[in-house]
Amino acid sequence: MTTSQNPAATEPLRLHVPEPSARPGQATDFSYLQLSPAGSVDKPALDVPASQTAPLTSQLIRVLDDNGDAVGPWAADIDDAVLLRAMHAMLKTRAFDARMLIAQRQKKTSFYIQCLGEEAIAVGQTLALQDGDMQFPTYRQQGILITKEVSLVDMMCQILSNAADPLKGRQLPIMYSYKDAGFFSISGNLTTQYIQAVGWAMASAIKGDTKIATAWVGDGATAEGDFHAALVFAHVYRAPVILNVVNNQWAISTFQAIAGGENTTFAARGAAYGIPSLRVDGNDLLAVYAASRWAAERARSNLGSTMIEWVTYRAGPHSTSDDPSKYRPADDAQHFPLGDPIDRLKQHLVKRGLWSDEQHEKVRAELDAEVSRALKEAETHGLLGSDNRPGAADMFNDVYKELPEHLRRQRQQLGV
Amino acid sequence: MSETQNNGGSPMTMIQALRSAMDVMLERDDNVVVFGEDVGYFGGVFRCTDGLQAKYGKQRVFDAPISESGIAGAAIGMAAYGLRPVAEIQFADYIYPAYDQIVSEAARLRYRSGGMFTSPLVFRTPCGGGIYGGQTHSQSPEAIFAHVAGLRTVMPSNPYDAKGLLIASIENDDPVIFLEPKRLYNGPFDGHHDRPVVAWSKHADNLVPEGYYSVPLDKAAIVREGKAVTILTYGTTVWVAQAAAEDAGIDAEVIDLRSLWPLDLDAITESVKKTGRCIVLHEATRTCGFGAELVALVQEHCFYHLQAPVERVTGWDTPYPHAQEWDYFPGPARVIEALQRVLED
Repeated sequence: MTTSQNPAATEPLRLHVPEPSARPGQATDFSYLQLSPAGSVDKPALDVPASQTAPLTSQLIRVLDDNGDAVGPWAADIDDAVLLRAMHAMLKTRAFDARMLIAQRQKKTSFYIQCLGEEAIAVGQTLALQDGDMQFPTYRQQGILITKEVSLVDMMCQILSNAADPLKGRQLPIMYSYKDAGFFSISGNLTTQYIQAVGWAMASAIKGDTKIATAWVGDGATAEGDFHAALVFAHVYRAPVILNVVNNQWAISTFQAIAGGENTTFAARGAAYGIPSLRVDGNDLLAVYAASRWAAERARSNLGSTMIEWVTYRAGPHSTSDDPSKYRPADDAQHFPLGDPIDRLKQHLVKRGLWSDEQHEKVRAELDAEVSRALKEAETHGLLGSDNRPGAADMFNDVYKELPEHLRRQRQQLGV
Repeated sequence: MSETQNNGGSPMTMIQALRSAMDVMLERDDNVVVFGEDVGYFGGVFRCTDGLQAKYGKQRVFDAPISESGIAGAAIGMAAYGLRPVAEIQFADYIYPAYDQIVSEAARLRYRSGGMFTSPLVFRTPCGGGIYGGQTHSQSPEAIFAHVAGLRTVMPSNPYDAKGLLIASIENDDPVIFLEPKRLYNGPFDGHHDRPVVAWSKHADNLVPEGYYSVPLDKAAIVREGKAVTILTYGTTVWVAQAAAEDAGIDAEVIDLRSLWPLDLDAITESVKKTGRCIVLHEATRTCGFGAELVALVQEHCFYHLQAPVERVTGWDTPYPHAQEWDYFPGPARVIEALQRVLED
């Protein structure tokens, strides 16, 4: 044998294409998640240098242990009232999603996206912010609107694209926009909002304001160029923004390893850009609230941005147009080691005497009824495709501030 | 030139006029911010922002990382907050990384949010050829912006309009793509590359008011009156068109569109109905260029007044070459040929 001592040199090159550990009919090996025991990860000082957060980006901040007890340095500092509000908002978000899913199956609307299993993240962060802050969400942070107590009827009218749709029928269902609730207009183009949030935060700093921004992106969309741009700008200008990455393990059918998650974490990217970064249990409301509050305080204290990777699981289909049984195990969510965010908060609240099984069922039933009532009311304003829809003349408005001559002519041509 | 142009002011180059527009608006409106690559301390690679950072501070005028999508996206976020960003893309040839932000976001924000969020911002970017800029320092990408619903696309051809149109663009609540023909930065250029270039300081029409004024958007300017044929153009080729008409002794009416989209349709139809003949002239490549839209509009609105087919004189359908600069650039000779063809019919 005359081959070199380096065996790699004798093999032809091979393209590496990551795969999830399990496909339909198999069982996922979740050991890739790198979990830490609850309470085991440090809580650094607010002015921690990014380099010192590097170790945190491979660990996982968790507060609730398997018994439902709140433990460790991130456990303190949350009011009972906030916890109860969180539970209410999470239950309401889930009830809303469930009802809208049915409405889509009943062809009352064309499309819907649930956030099943991810409710704690949007709800917990929103509770840690102040009025006037602006969130730049993706299509899976409806929990923000529910927490902000935006009218369900209003949200549903958008989903139904009916005569009372605040966006006048121009937008695909769930692409909400609520300036007063600090909820930026959702775009179909992924990750564009990430750098926009940084710009909004820069503006707040330029004006000497006290408001901060939050940016939201999923694991898959971190691969977009705007993700990189946002991290660079956030770091360079020390922008008061929380950079959230919701790692729900899946981008439609694509496992997070294809987005670049294999043998690394998304939080690690933030630290590498010079941004203090955390990796947090996204199904642990107490951890979500504590980490969000820490990041918000950092931003409001002129200490700059924080990146937070929320480790969670997309328990439902990607959208109503998706069938996850074609690419992942059907029972995957039940085996996800971080469980369900509502079940885990419930266990904790019951243990602390703030909540009970009876209350849980009662509130759930009330919320189901509230959501159903809201849908009935929304339907009185029309369904998608009914005659009770936004007028065709409105199609030409808001392209520009004033209607220009060519659009006036086109509107006339349509005869409206 | 606009009549107001001789109402006094100081001699300025287009660079100085643009700088003055930003100076005026930074002074007038606390929400105006200026940023881009090399825009701050250094004052811009073309000097258009010279001294502005020293005057207004780093919170208002600052350098940006080399990321066009970042610059555009950050500007949109700032505008959504309530600022009026004037963001610079160093060359129009490098605006493509920002295209998603401009098309999918800036242009549509007002529409998709039912007017709740808006993007009152300006993207300034030097464009055009005639400077041996080769493939990536010469392009004229106006058509890909004029095609986008929700954007305004503007291009000045002289210092007075440059300042007035930029001020109007900054004040406008719609997103504006402000294209600056870099060939005209230091002096007018009529395509006679074999003759010495005249600096704006030696040009008759170089006076620009020091303070605030604006030139309305959506209004074209008749820069040369004529009865025989209409030339629709903008930017550097406004000067080429005038030179061609002079050289050939043709009674051509030259219209500088100034605002490409939305545009001044009345000025166009009025002129073509008068002359009955029309040529469209631009540096950009021909196929699906902005000229196609102009030809279609003239055909649609002036069909029964036309006495000859509408001609297009444009850049060739090739990337912008280096060595073949003057074979590519639509100079006076090519314009004269087209004028003669149109007049023969």
